[in-house]
Amino acid sequence: MKNTTYLPLAAGLALCATSALAETPVLQVMTYDSFVTEWGPGPAIEAAFEANCACDLQFVGTGDGAALLARLQLEGPRTEADIVLGLDTNLTAAARETGLFAPHGVAAEFDLPIAWTDAEFLPFDWGYFAFVGNAGEAQATSLRDLADSDLKIVIQDPRSSTPGLGLLMWVKTAYPDDAATIWADLSDNIVTVTSGWSEAYGMFLEGEADAVLSYTTSPAYHLIAEEDDSKVAWAFDEGHYMQVEVAGKVAGTDQPELADAFLAFIVSDAFQSVIPTTNWMYPAVTPAEGLPAGFETLMTPETSLLLSPEDAAALRDGALDEWRTALSQ
Amino acid sequence: MAHSLVPVTPRWPSVAAATLVLLLTIGTLGAVAWRAKWAGGLAPADWAAVRFTIVQALLSAAISVVLAIPVARALARRRFRGRQLLITLLGAPFLLPVIVAVLGLLAVFGRGGVLNDVLTSLGFSPVSIFGMHGVLLAHVFFNLPLAIRFILQGWLSIPSERFRLAATLNAPVGRLLEWPMLRVVLPGTFLVIFLICLTSFAVALTMGGGPRATTIELAIYQAVRFDFDLGKAALLACVQFGLCVGAAMLALRITADDVTGAGMDRVVQRWDVARAGIDYAWIIAAALFLLVPLGMVVLRGLPGIFDLPDTIWAAALRSITVAIGSAVLCVSMALALALRGGGLTAIVGVLPLAASGLVVGTGAFLIVFPFVRPADVALFVTLLVNATLALPFALRAIGPAAAQVNADYGRLGKSLGISGWAWVRLIVLPRMRKPLGFATGLAAALSMGDLGVIALFAGQAEETLPLAMYRLMGAYRMETAASAALLLLSLSLLLFWICDRGGRANADV
Repeated sequence: MKNTTYLPLAAGLALCATSALAETPVLQVMTYDSFVTEWGPGPAIEAAFEANCACDLQFVGTGDGAALLARLQLEGPRTEADIVLGLDTNLTAAARETGLFAPHGVAAEFDLPIAWTDAEFLPFDWGYFAFVGNAGEAQATSLRDLADSDLKIVIQDPRSSTPGLGLLMWVKTAYPDDAATIWADLSDNIVTVTSGWSEAYGMFLEGEADAVLSYTTSPAYHLIAEEDDSKVAWAFDEGHYMQVEVAGKVAGTDQPELADAFLAFIVSDAFQSVIPTTNWMYPAVTPAEGLPAGFETLMTPETSLLLSPEDAAALRDGALDEWRTALSQ
Repeated sequence: MAHSLVPVTPRWPSVAAATLVLLLTIGTLGAVAWRAKWAGGLAPADWAAVRFTIVQALLSAAISVVLAIPVARALARRRFRGRQLLITLLGAPFLLPVIVAVLGLLAVFGRGGVLNDVLTSLGFSPVSIFGMHGVLLAHVFFNLPLAIRFILQGWLSIPSERFRLAATLNAPVGRLLEWPMLRVVLPGTFLVIFLICLTSFAVALTMGGGPRATTIELAIYQAVRFDFDLGKAALLACVQFGLCVGAAMLALRITADDVTGAGMDRVVQRWDVARAGIDYAWIIAAALFLLVPLGMVVLRGLPGIFDLPDTIWAAALRSITVAIGSAVLCVSMALALALRGGGLTAIVGVLPLAASGLVVGTGAFLIVFPFVRPADVALFVTLLVNATLALPFALRAIGPAAAQVNADYGRLGKSLGISGWAWVRLIVLPRMRKPLGFATGLAAALSMGDLGVIALFAGQAEETLPLAMYRLMGAYRMETAASAALLLLSLSLLLFWICDRGGRANADV
């Protein structure tokens, strides 16, 4: 009899607990892995946003940027994600084609080297691709110079890695008609091609190559986190291809207000000030206190190269064929 | 089964095991194919990938097996201090995550590696490791340990009575005992390594030096991640399975029947142990090749091993839990299948080897996504997939012993009317402790090091140790990652050693 007496009470408590949980709305942000680790921007951004939103911000990590797009395509309209964060402009055309995204509706003064007009994808950080080598050693001064030199580099595969795809676009933008020649001449400089950024960067640090395809901001990590100024990014005459990382609102979100609030939060100082020393990229809107000490030492390219998402998507398959043919000789 | 010569065991465990394997291999492929928009067939570049994959897998398997024979023979007939420890350590490369092993290999054979340091100091020009020879070197590094273990088991399974008899008759041991044993063991060993190399991706690309080293698995990767062409991914996965089934049938055809017969299970004492020098030369060469790169992994990881962040220890604990669960499931399935035997077991026992990791992960994701949050079942799915992926190895480790028990004691058991669980508990398990321990250790260690499907499913709270290690590397923390790799290596070996040891406790050898 005791049990029956207490049963309604227990059930009532359980209901209360459920409804209390349900009152805290959940905002799901789907992003790439390195954003959500304890060394990435995720934890600080989660704390800052949750301080004011009366909500639960949940990150879902999914490999790298390309994996993020594949995951989104797999989930389709049924996705529970409210925000997708971490695609770059080489992927946004395919992302737009899914029809899953709604306009972001955020107006901001972006500190980007290019004008930003995309209505659906909101930039949250950016950087330049660059070859990173050791200070005081021989450097190449351009893609052409690198191709003619004996310097050894490690690059990433454009089929599985976003920096790898970035380099493919870099060569194609700098040499629209001669990309195949550049790749053919580069082939004896390329020690090997890795599937991801981590493998390539690890191999460079182990001394397998003179330089690795990474970002102009990579030396900032070594300088700020390790107090090591031995890494430099090579400045190339043709200019440097950019990576602009963007966030988008999922049209079918069940938390439209929260999603809008988060998009507005992205361009605020609280979000942007976390980026430089966690994601090791430039913030899309420079925060009031400026960039952290050390960033002023970084090489800044004179020319910024970037294809529109539509051009990048149109050129991609042809550029990949050139790349594969040239490097398979 | 009424006329079977072996005691009857219930049918359902083997059926359940086969069902799980088929679901996770063919089923996941089906899920991917079902979701695909069919655009077209395979391009010339895909066929080039198929050709490259087959050639490198054949060569890798051949070299691994040929080199493993003298090493296994040397280990089988020599007794020295630390022999057991050496055998355990020699298995380590097989258990390593790809990137860790590659960095270990590069520390020895790479541009700034030990080998080139020696070469240049002697006045020779340095050698480059990248190219087809690099792919083969890495695959042999990974798979030689496995070949040594399987062939060594074959040697140790020859009853000591046979050697004694051969010694009394002054008969040639090689032709009468060892060659027939190799005819039984080699085709299967070759097949397993061929299939492992068939699904290689990151190793082949990195060591192969560029896109000419594109394997089928990389083509699948491209189809899913770059082109989002699930139809092509499914087609390529079918090619992988087709190759697998074809190779398995071929191996089955040329595998000789076991003709050694029953023995009393005593320690092998060898009388034909002349030429100790050559044996030790093989053992030392294999140990150098396999252990120096491992030593590099240890050296790189040691400095930071005590400063690892708490999240790494939490991830390690999660990995151990999954590894133990997956090992228990894996060995139970292997035992059920091994005692049943038959053609289905032969196919089910190799199918997981040919499964594309990405297709399994993607298919599993498509299957669970409509029903639950993938992160909620991340560890459970990982446990199931890891158990399935380790099944071929466990089956190979315990299969011969199970067949032996059936052959040697089956009629006795049948005439005594023992069946079911009693047969397994009283006769089978005590007879098979050694291979069961080995199989459990292998399955646990493989699960520890496997990145597998977890990357597709896991959120922050479900991170396993290999995933945590990769994420460290992705955040520039190469040194911390190196320490996490060392922790992973140590835990894998420890798990393997405990299980392997447990199987040996109170046993004769």
